[in-house]
Amino acid sequence: MSKQKPGWRDIPEGGLIINPGSAEEYKTGDWRNKRPVFDADKCIQCMLCWIYCPDNAINLDEGKVIGIDYDHCKGCGICVVECPDRAAALSLEDEHKKNEETE
Amino acid sequence: MAIADNLRGQKRAAMTGNEAVAYGMKQIEPDVVAAYPITPQTDIVEKFSSYVADGEVDTEFVTVESEHSAMSATVGAAAAGVRAMTATSSNGLAFMWEVVYIASGSRLPIVMPVVNRALSGPINIHCDHSDTMGTRDSGWIQLYSESAQEAYDNLIQAVRIAEHPDVRLPVMVMQDGFITSHGMENLNVLEDDLVKKFIGTFKSENPLLQVNKPTTFGPLDLQDFYFEHKRQQVEGMEHAKKVIVDIAKEYEELTGRQYSYFESYRLDDAEVAIVVLSSTAGTTKVVVDELREQGLKVGLLKPRVLRPFPAEEYADALKHLKAVAVMDRSETFSTNGGPVFSELRSAMFELEERPLMTNYIFGLGGRDIWTKDIKGVYEDLFEIAKTGQVKNKVNYLGVRD
Repeated sequence: MSKQKPGWRDIPEGGLIINPGSAEEYKTGDWRNKRPVFDADKCIQCMLCWIYCPDNAINLDEGKVIGIDYDHCKGCGICVVECPDRAAALSLEDEHKKNEETE
Repeated sequence: MAIADNLRGQKRAAMTGNEAVAYGMKQIEPDVVAAYPITPQTDIVEKFSSYVADGEVDTEFVTVESEHSAMSATVGAAAAGVRAMTATSSNGLAFMWEVVYIASGSRLPIVMPVVNRALSGPINIHCDHSDTMGTRDSGWIQLYSESAQEAYDNLIQAVRIAEHPDVRLPVMVMQDGFITSHGMENLNVLEDDLVKKFIGTFKSENPLLQVNKPTTFGPLDLQDFYFEHKRQQVEGMEHAKKVIVDIAKEYEELTGRQYSYFESYRLDDAEVAIVVLSSTAGTTKVVVDELREQGLKVGLLKPRVLRPFPAEEYADALKHLKAVAVMDRSETFSTNGGPVFSELRSAMFELEERPLMTNYIFGLGGRDIWTKDIKGVYEDLFEIAKTGQVKNKVNYLGVRD
């Protein structure tokens, strides 16, 4: 986690945020326990996941769902619940599994 | 308060410790003062508010309903980018507690005179150091003063220390409740324009009230950044060690009065010494002089700077002694001695040859300390030096058995 984040010498003192509109740079996805996995082949483009996602973390391309913004997805799983059973294009997996695979 | 001109750039004045601090605040002329009166600090707020009412200062005086609000309003003003001060004592400081940490954590250069008083309960309005010793770890710089003169001098220097770009930390300036705060003293005060020139104007690097450069203070700071911000505060304290000395030198050039981390009194050739803060150091000096006349090699070390804690310098000043008594005017209830004792003893650990050390808890709740008590401590120290044995690590001086 600390690998890509700045050290104590390189951040404003006292927790000040001196660059406005910088919330997007904050990777809220770092806290995630479980992650949604998107299967493009099964997706019927109903857009329910995009509507319900509380973190605006469903990536679109020309109005079509193409995947998850893992930098900002907190892993709440609402998209998985809302994805219609007939499609089941979204499923949850443990975050640590993914980490183990990449390591 | 009577002021007589007799020194170049300075005036001789008769003031109580509280008056001296209020007078210093008048000369500093902070943009905002938010304060709530509490014994024995009350005179500071009372006197300063008359300066405001009489139009002698251009300060926004915020009359708050509690110390929690006093510190909150001071934090708000400092964040907005102006020079802000408050003052308190004892339970007032305790009531400020959570905001005290917000001031230092947000790197706001607030200066706060604190008139040391025992904490309740049971309720007590007299001097001990339990109030500010509790805030040792709050990230504030702490300067302790022996007299009204030192309280005034420390206050003026505190502004520069707090606002120094390498430091940017709040500073508490202590004096002993009633003993110093209400005792009339002759002291030298600077001319107003010399104070103004010494402290300069304050320019906040990231003021809150900038429409074209919005800044957020006090955001949520979780596992991934909070630690870094605490590390930065330590660095500010580390820098403060140099800045405190530099500013003391500058102040000495202006006033002729010398300041450092601590004052050594007849310490260089001493065999045994007492370490004690604030007004009791004055009483101890009298005893040192008396015993020196009898040919006894006794000395005194009076700490001024407890935060940051310049451990190596303290150890260096004490390393040649056979025995040292640290006198603490507060308890830690650790059953292992007072706060100054614990820290100094730890600072001596690296020395290959250490003096024997003992601790005296004294003066809690304003219990008087007499020259005969201090003489007794020196007698104990000579006994320890002779026998090489510390019978009691922690002693209670002046408590009834």
